[in-house]
Amino acid sequence: MDELDKRIINQLQQGFPICEQPYAQVSASLGIPVAELLQRLQSLLDSGVLSRFGPLFHAEQMGGALTLAALQVPESRFEEVSEQVNAFPEVAHNYARDHSLNMWFVVATERPEQVDAVLSAIEAKTGLKVLNMPKIREYYVGLQLEA
Amino acid sequence: MELDVIDRQLIVLTQKGLPLTEQPYHQLAEQLAISADEVMQRFRSMQDQGVIRRIAAVPNHYKLGYGFNGMTVWDVEDAVVDQLGELVAALPFVSHCYQRPRHLPDWPYNLFAMIHAKTAADADTQILRVGEVLEGHVRGHQVLYSSRILKKTGLRIAS
Repeated sequence: MDELDKRIINQLQQGFPICEQPYAQVSASLGIPVAELLQRLQSLLDSGVLSRFGPLFHAEQMGGALTLAALQVPESRFEEVSEQVNAFPEVAHNYARDHSLNMWFVVATERPEQVDAVLSAIEAKTGLKVLNMPKIREYYVGLQLEA
Repeated sequence: MELDVIDRQLIVLTQKGLPLTEQPYHQLAEQLAISADEVMQRFRSMQDQGVIRRIAAVPNHYKLGYGFNGMTVWDVEDAVVDQLGELVAALPFVSHCYQRPRHLPDWPYNLFAMIHAKTAADADTQILRVGEVLEGHVRGHQVLYSSRILKKTGLRIAS
């Protein structure tokens, strides 16, 4: 990853235009040809430096819901349970954390009533108790990491 | 916002990513047999309504050198949690901040703030700073660092 990659990452974390030639608009502001921007973006995605590039959807504004949930997974079953949990398409993110509650995941669904159904299905599949921690209030969400 | 069938198709087509071609909205328009103007209008409208937070790149924290991604959790009095949450959220290094339910007796924490740092020392400084903001109101706290990303796809809806 070189300086140009970093500039691309920093700029594209902030947003992307909706217009006829959006990549050309971004590449012009970076001072590079549009083909180079597209090529670099593809390799940043291929190498996993970027997890995604595209619209970031907000489940609740779509009429859906999301929650944060945690599991206490026995170490010997960690990989197995990780596969079981990740297999649910409604699981948007999942992180291993160093705590007795060692697996934390976000469930996002199109309809609010599906959240409880998905958490119950995860309990049934894993045989583990899910701690549901839906947000009560959101004070801030605005992740932008400088590359 | 009430999404119609074309909005849903646009979400399904782009939830894995926006096409990497010079005219991505035109490509989507072709796939759905509608005009590019309509695609752009619908994206603008979903963005205005907050269905789309923004169109953007999502980096892998670790690959950018941020190895210390901590979920800091705090047990503070319910009466002041909103006021404190706003103060913590205003710290420049806090990326997410929420009030969440306790699960007593094992999990007494009701205020969550995510921090991201490149070094353990930076992470410690950030956590101390959150502690200062909450000073006098904290009955207990913990920091849960992520050790691995197990999945990071974002929202997926069925087509």
